[in-house]
Amino acid sequence: MHIGIPKEIYPGERRVAVSPEVVSHLIKLGFDLSIEQEAGLPASFSDAAYQRAGASIEPDARTLWASSDIVLKVRAPSDHPLLGVQETTLLQPNTTLISFIWPDQNPELLGLMAASGASVLAMDAVPRISRAQKLDALSSMANIAGYRAVIEAASHFGRFFTGQVTAAGKVPPAKIMIIGAGVAGLAAIGAAGNMGAVVRAFDTRPEAKEQVESMGAEFLMLDFEEQGSGAGGYAKVMSEEFIAAEMALFAQQARELDIIITTALIPGKPAPRLITADMVASMKDGSVIVDLAAEQGGNCELTRPGEVALIEGVNVIGYTDLPSRMPAQSSQLYGTNIRYLLEDLCPGKDGQILLDMSDEVLRSMTVVQSGEITWPPPEIKVPVIPAKPKPDVQTQTGVTKTSGGNKKSGLIGLGIVIALIIAVGSVAPASFMNHFTVFILSIFVGWQVIWNVTPALHTPLMSVTNAISGIIVIGALLKINAEPVLVVVLAAVSLLIASINVCGGFLVTQKMLRMFRRDL
Amino acid sequence: MSTGMISSAYIAASILFILSLGGLSGQETARRGNLFGILGMGLAIAVTVFTPKVGNYGLILGLMVLGGGIGAIVAARVQMTAMPQLVALLHSLVGLAAVLVSIGTYIDPDSNYIGVEKAIHEVEIFLGVLIGAVTFTGSVIAFGKLQGVIHSRPLMLPGRHVINILIGLACVWLGWIFVGADPLSGGMLVLLIATFLALLFGVHMVMAIGGADMPVVISMLNSYSGWAAAATGFMLSNDLLIVTGALVGSSGAILSYIMCRAMNRHFLSVILGGFGSTTTSASKDLGEATVIAIDATETAQLLGESRQVVIVPGYGMAVAHAQHPVSDLTRLLRDKGIKVRFAIHPVAGRMPGHMNVLLAEAKVPYDIVLEMDEINDELPDVDTVLVIGANDIVNPSAQEDPDGPIAGMPVLEVWKAETTIVLKRSMATGYAGVDNPLFYREKTRMLFGDAKDSMEQVLAELR
Repeated sequence: MHIGIPKEIYPGERRVAVSPEVVSHLIKLGFDLSIEQEAGLPASFSDAAYQRAGASIEPDARTLWASSDIVLKVRAPSDHPLLGVQETTLLQPNTTLISFIWPDQNPELLGLMAASGASVLAMDAVPRISRAQKLDALSSMANIAGYRAVIEAASHFGRFFTGQVTAAGKVPPAKIMIIGAGVAGLAAIGAAGNMGAVVRAFDTRPEAKEQVESMGAEFLMLDFEEQGSGAGGYAKVMSEEFIAAEMALFAQQARELDIIITTALIPGKPAPRLITADMVASMKDGSVIVDLAAEQGGNCELTRPGEVALIEGVNVIGYTDLPSRMPAQSSQLYGTNIRYLLEDLCPGKDGQILLDMSDEVLRSMTVVQSGEITWPPPEIKVPVIPAKPKPDVQTQTGVTKTSGGNKKSGLIGLGIVIALIIAVGSVAPASFMNHFTVFILSIFVGWQVIWNVTPALHTPLMSVTNAISGIIVIGALLKINAEPVLVVVLAAVSLLIASINVCGGFLVTQKMLRMFRRDL
Repeated sequence: MSTGMISSAYIAASILFILSLGGLSGQETARRGNLFGILGMGLAIAVTVFTPKVGNYGLILGLMVLGGGIGAIVAARVQMTAMPQLVALLHSLVGLAAVLVSIGTYIDPDSNYIGVEKAIHEVEIFLGVLIGAVTFTGSVIAFGKLQGVIHSRPLMLPGRHVINILIGLACVWLGWIFVGADPLSGGMLVLLIATFLALLFGVHMVMAIGGADMPVVISMLNSYSGWAAAATGFMLSNDLLIVTGALVGSSGAILSYIMCRAMNRHFLSVILGGFGSTTTSASKDLGEATVIAIDATETAQLLGESRQVVIVPGYGMAVAHAQHPVSDLTRLLRDKGIKVRFAIHPVAGRMPGHMNVLLAEAKVPYDIVLEMDEINDELPDVDTVLVIGANDIVNPSAQEDPDGPIAGMPVLEVWKAETTIVLKRSMATGYAGVDNPLFYREKTRMLFGDAKDSMEQVLAELR
């Protein structure tokens, strides 16, 4: 099947649906690809790079759309500024479009796409189940947005992130609060932490605490009993009391913070208002707020979507295109998500795709099938991974318990052994006791010696002890000259097999040990 | 040769054996240690041959040359992957020899003990026969399982504990009759019945133990072969046999202990067998998960871009005979300036130290082959971990699922590394029958296929 990748037409959009690396993987799946001329240029992927990866370059957008069985895009179809038509009209019947769609926000677009008779898979409709993680383009983009938010904050913040003591005086580290510890929030925590800032994070979902702390940030606790985990691992709307307590915390934090990055979103709802104008005013001059929820109305009252606003000495950044500001990275990750999707769609690796509507992931993503609107999909009930118990603590206590028990039972065992030896000594004749002494001492010597053997040589140890236990030949030798023939026969057989043991054991040990060599 | 000289020669041999085992504390001294062992054995045999009681030199020479020759051929031919089988086989020979010598001693009219000494002597014979017989059949079955002649799945007879207890009680009872019985009338028969029961017990015991518990079984049989030799020593009043038997016995016991600790299981529960029978409920919460498969090209890329690589080999590497391509890969990556190390779990493979021997065979220098405890703390700094044919020893549920069947077992924490690539034939569970959440982690990539083929493809890509 033929895959076409048109140039993105949304103003300012720098991403492209696949990178040259992804192209080579798709070709391995049996597809052939055309890419619109200079489609990858804003993301620093030249036409030549795509050609090297095996794609052909198509100068005309109309031809590209007309000749493709599968069209891969980033942004949802919109009016084409050069051709003067809506992209959905370019979509051929019985073809497949894969892109971000946002079907809930664009119901009329769904109708247009259905009218074209094509099938449409929405990359933003990947269900949040672990099987589909590799397709989750929203997470890929959120990750980039979180990282970029820190970079934007840093470029608008006139100071270091990391604390320093220099000849010219001491510089305190920047204090950053990140609200919402989803994918974007965690990425921001990581990036800010790596740059040396003091990072605090807040989330309504208690299971986020562990993740935040694993990234090295401080988790701001709210002294309030309410769980904020909703369906699919996203947050839900909280009660009024909770929000009041939350706002008090933010107001108190705002006074001492340098940077606030907000990532709070609730699916299908306008972004919650968390940072009020008063809080912004209470921040130090030169502080920065990055509002990742700007597109959904903003977490900050003063956010102007798409712009940087300087309000009361605070830069409020409301960019809505953060992933597009890192076009090479986002195109590569988005392209990889697309590649995994095509792998799932094309199980035979023969360049033919099969839209299996019984697969719940594909079912969820399919918003239009052959001209029929299939959105919204039936709900998938997925248990969210529950907050994990503290395994470390438990195993550790378990281990200490056993080792404590071992020590105690070791002492008891020693006592029993000594008692037994004395008991044996009280009844056994002297001749036996001599041998017995030798026996016990030998066990003791063996015990001391063997613990020193390096685990790497345990196999040679076994083969050499094997050879040594062939010492039983001596028993056989002592009996080989006895009177009854039967005894001689038994002794002879033992002598034979014990000799195999001695010789084989030592030789194989030698063979093994010769192989162990040091790095030269 | 005088009794005094014999005694001093035996003391010398004992010291040589102790030095031999002591030499194994490090790779540098190990070969000298083996030499000490050979010297000790040579001395002991030479001295014994020249004691007044021993004659029949032609027969002795013939048998020893024949036996030694067989041993030499076996040693020269054996594959390193087949070491566990060979060791098991050699154990069985010691067991058999102990049984034969004990029975021979019993029917030899030469012994003239009376009173308590006679009773003790008979107990010694009885014990020698029992331990030897269990060692013999146990080792033969272990050999069969390792060689693949017998299915390695544990055999679960109904009421197997009852069977074991009955056999044990029967042996005690037979021992009671045996002591004091006349050799020529009832005694011999009792001894033979006891031997038969012990042989049966050895079979039943090892049949109930599964493949991956073999490290414990082999160490245990190693220990038994030592005790069998020691029992023979008591029987013949020979201190050298006692010393050597005790050394070997405690060596095997320590190894079993180390192996059990590495699986966080009690020795008794391993020996009683049947691991995996209670673990069917283990595969929870993973129904939804999928794995991310990659191919050799991407594996090569990931490895090539790493600064630190750790390779975790398991029994699968031995099965696929993949140690040579792994070694080539190691050399290639190290030539590129990448730090490559190996992490060995104590129970990786089918016998203690199995992986070390395989890697040594493939000429991997031993100073980059590290133990679990040495490397576990460094795994978070590692870019890529390559898990080759290992499963349970890298299972995070040992730490995360306190109710799981392998909870508390020390494991290699490979999931803390940047990326983990698992080479595996299929998605089958490991020996413990536990699903491995590692495979479903975001940072884990699966490279399916035969380990040797996969490694060779990766090698080709890297070149």
